[in-house]
Amino acid sequence: MAVKLSELTKQRELLTGGHRLCAGCGASVAVRQVLHAVPKDTSVVTCCPTGCLEVSTTIYPYNAWRTGFIHSAFENAASTMSGVETAYRALKKKGKVSGDFRFVVFGGDGGTYDIGFQALSGMLERGHRVLYVCYNNEAYMNTGIQRSGATQLGTWTTTSPYGEQSFGKGQNRKDLTAIAAAHNIPYVGQAAVHNWRDTFTKAGKALQAEGAAFLNILAPCHRGWRYPMEKTIEISKMATEVCIWPLYEVENGKWRLTYRVRNKKPVRDYLKMQGRFAHLFRPENEGVIEQLQEFTDRQWESLLERCGEKA
Amino acid sequence: MPKTVALVGTDAVAEAMRQINPDVVPAYPITPQTAIVESYAEMVANGLVDSEMINVESEHSAMSAAIGAAAAGARVITATSSQGLALMWEMLYIASGMRLPIVMANVNRSLSAPINIHCDHSDSMGARDSGWIQLFSENAQETYDNMLQAVRIAEHPDVLLPVMVLLDGFIISHSVDRLELLDDDPVKKFIGEWTPRLPLLDAQEPPCWGAFDGLGGYFFEFKRAQIEGMRKAADAVRQVAAEFAEISGRRYDFFESHRMEDAELAVVALGSAAGTIRTVVDRMRAEGVPVGLIKLRMFRPFPVQELVAALSKVRGVGIFDRSETFAGELGGPVFVETRASFYEEPKKPLMHNFVYGLGGRDLPQDLIRQAILTLDGYVQKGTQDKTVTYLGLRD
Repeated sequence: MAVKLSELTKQRELLTGGHRLCAGCGASVAVRQVLHAVPKDTSVVTCCPTGCLEVSTTIYPYNAWRTGFIHSAFENAASTMSGVETAYRALKKKGKVSGDFRFVVFGGDGGTYDIGFQALSGMLERGHRVLYVCYNNEAYMNTGIQRSGATQLGTWTTTSPYGEQSFGKGQNRKDLTAIAAAHNIPYVGQAAVHNWRDTFTKAGKALQAEGAAFLNILAPCHRGWRYPMEKTIEISKMATEVCIWPLYEVENGKWRLTYRVRNKKPVRDYLKMQGRFAHLFRPENEGVIEQLQEFTDRQWESLLERCGEKA
Repeated sequence: MPKTVALVGTDAVAEAMRQINPDVVPAYPITPQTAIVESYAEMVANGLVDSEMINVESEHSAMSAAIGAAAAGARVITATSSQGLALMWEMLYIASGMRLPIVMANVNRSLSAPINIHCDHSDSMGARDSGWIQLFSENAQETYDNMLQAVRIAEHPDVLLPVMVLLDGFIISHSVDRLELLDDDPVKKFIGEWTPRLPLLDAQEPPCWGAFDGLGGYFFEFKRAQIEGMRKAADAVRQVAAEFAEISGRRYDFFESHRMEDAELAVVALGSAAGTIRTVVDRMRAEGVPVGLIKLRMFRPFPVQELVAALSKVRGVGIFDRSETFAGELGGPVFVETRASFYEEPKKPLMHNFVYGLGGRDLPQDLIRQAILTLDGYVQKGTQDKTVTYLGLRD
C-alpha cells in the first residue's frame, strides 16, 4: 500500500520539536521517518548510546521523546535494549505488562560501527526483537568531527587532518550493513534521509520482523561535512546517485536493490559539494579521488551481483 | 521444614536465585563464577524458574542488560568475578546512579596481571566507591542468606541501590559446605513482589531514563540523594536482618563480634578468612591471649560509629586485608577505612595492617598466630616500626 506524505504529516510525532539538534541535522529526520512506521496502538521504547541525538533530546528536565527512553552509556545501547526487550518478554509472560511494544535503538556511527560494535553483534546474534538504527554521519560529531569506522577514504576530520604527510583519512570505511546481514537476521536495510518513502518502507518491514533488524541510514551532518545546512537532503541524494551509498535491503537473506541508479555519476560530483573533501581537489591529492572511485565501484559491482542485478 | 544440605558456594547462590525467581538474569561466565551461570541455566532449562536468561557476549553487556531490564521494571540478578567485574566498572556507577535495585553475586578473584584465577578482594574493592552496597560472606550459608537479604535491601524504598554479595573464589565457591536451606514458601513471602518505580514499559506515561544533566542541571542533587540512600541502607540492612531472623533463626548485623567483651587485642577481617581466624582466636584464648575477632559483613556503607564503638576498648587492632591500595604505608582498604573511622576519636588503639592471601595464597593458622603475636609485641612496646606486614610472602 503506497503511503502518502500528506498522511504521515498528520501522524503524532514521537520525537517532538523543541529538541536541540542543529537546524539541518540529518539525525532527527531519520528518527522521525523510522518512528512514523510504528504500527498503530503499539507502544515504543527507544534507546540511544551517548551521542548528538541523546544529548540534544534529553536535556534534564526536558525530554523530546513521546516514547519510553533510555540512555545508559556509549558502547552498549544494543545490550541495554537487549535487557529492556527481555524484561518485556519476562513480564508479559507473567502478566505484569500488557499491550504491544516495539524497541528501537538510534545510534550514531561511533556508537554503532566502533565502540558499540561488540554489543550490536551480540544483540543481533541473540535475536532480540529490536530494531537497531544507525544514523550514520560518518564521524564522531558529538565530540567534534573525529574519524570513525564509517568515515570514507580521504575525508578530513579533526583526527584525520590533511597536511604535508596526510591526505586525510588513510583507510576505507567498513561495510557495516553487510556485516549486519552476515548475522542472518530477518531484516537489514541501507537507507538515506532524502528518500523518505524508502526509509519508511524499510522501517515498517524491520518493525514487523520477528527478530533483530538493522537499518543503516545515511544522515548528513553539515557541521562535520562542511556544507550549507539547507543542503542535507540534496547531499544525501547525491550519495546514492554516485553509488557511494546505495539503497538496498536484505530480507530473510535475499538481497535487493531498492533504488536503481539510472545515470551513475562520478564520485567527485559528490565530493565537491562538501568542505571535508575540498583538499582532495588539490593537485597533490588527486590520486585519492581515483582510489575512492575504485573502492566505490568495487563495492557497487559486488552489491549488484548480490542483488541479482547482473546478467 | 528447612533442610540441611551440602553444596558448593556457587550452588548456594544458584539455589537462592531459584527461590527468588528473578524476572531477568543476564550473565557472562568467568572462573570461578561460571558454575552459578551453568546451574541457573539448568534450572531455566528444566522449568524450575521462569526467569529469562540473556547469555550476553561480555560482562559489560551483562551489566548493561541488567540496567535495561531493571529500568524496564524487571527484578534482575547477575553474577561475575574479577576481570568481569572490572569490565563492568563503568556500568556499576550507572546502575547505582539510576537507583536500580540490581543484585549481583561477585565471586572474589584477583585482578590481572599476572593472570591468576584465585581468591583475593581486589575486584570488589575496586568497586567500593561505585555506589553499590557490599555484603561479604564467610561461608556458603552466609552467601545464601546474603543473597536473599540483598533483594530486600536493594528494593527498600529508602534505599533503591544495587547490592553486591561477595563470596571468596574457590574457598567458598568451590568447597562443599554444610548449610541450611529455607523452604520455598517462607522465602517467597520474605522476598515479596517488586513494584518498579517509573518502568520503561509504562504505555500511559513513558519515562525517560538516563537523561543528560549538564552544568546548569541537577547532577549534584542526584548524587546527594544517592549518598542519602546509602546512608539509609545501613538501617535497611538491620531491618531486613531482623525479618530474616524470624524465618531463619540466623542473626545478621554490620559485623559479627567474637570474644570481644574482654578483648585487649582484636582482629578485623572479611570473608572466609574469618573462619580460620576464629579458630586461632579460640586457641590463643585458651593460652591466655586476650584476643577477639570482628568479622565485617557490610563494607558499604561502612559502619563507622559501630566499628569504633566495638574497637574502642582494645589496645591493638590487627586489620586483615586481602587486597592492596598501592598507597604505600596507608595499607589495604579495610585498614585505610578503619583508621579513618578513628580520626575524630581522642583515644585510638594501635592499628597494624596484615596484607595476606593475594592471588589465593593460603592463610594457615600459624600465620594468623604470628600476626596476633606481632600485634601483641607492638602493643607491649607501645609503638610499631611500620604499619603494614605482608603475611606468607616468599623471600
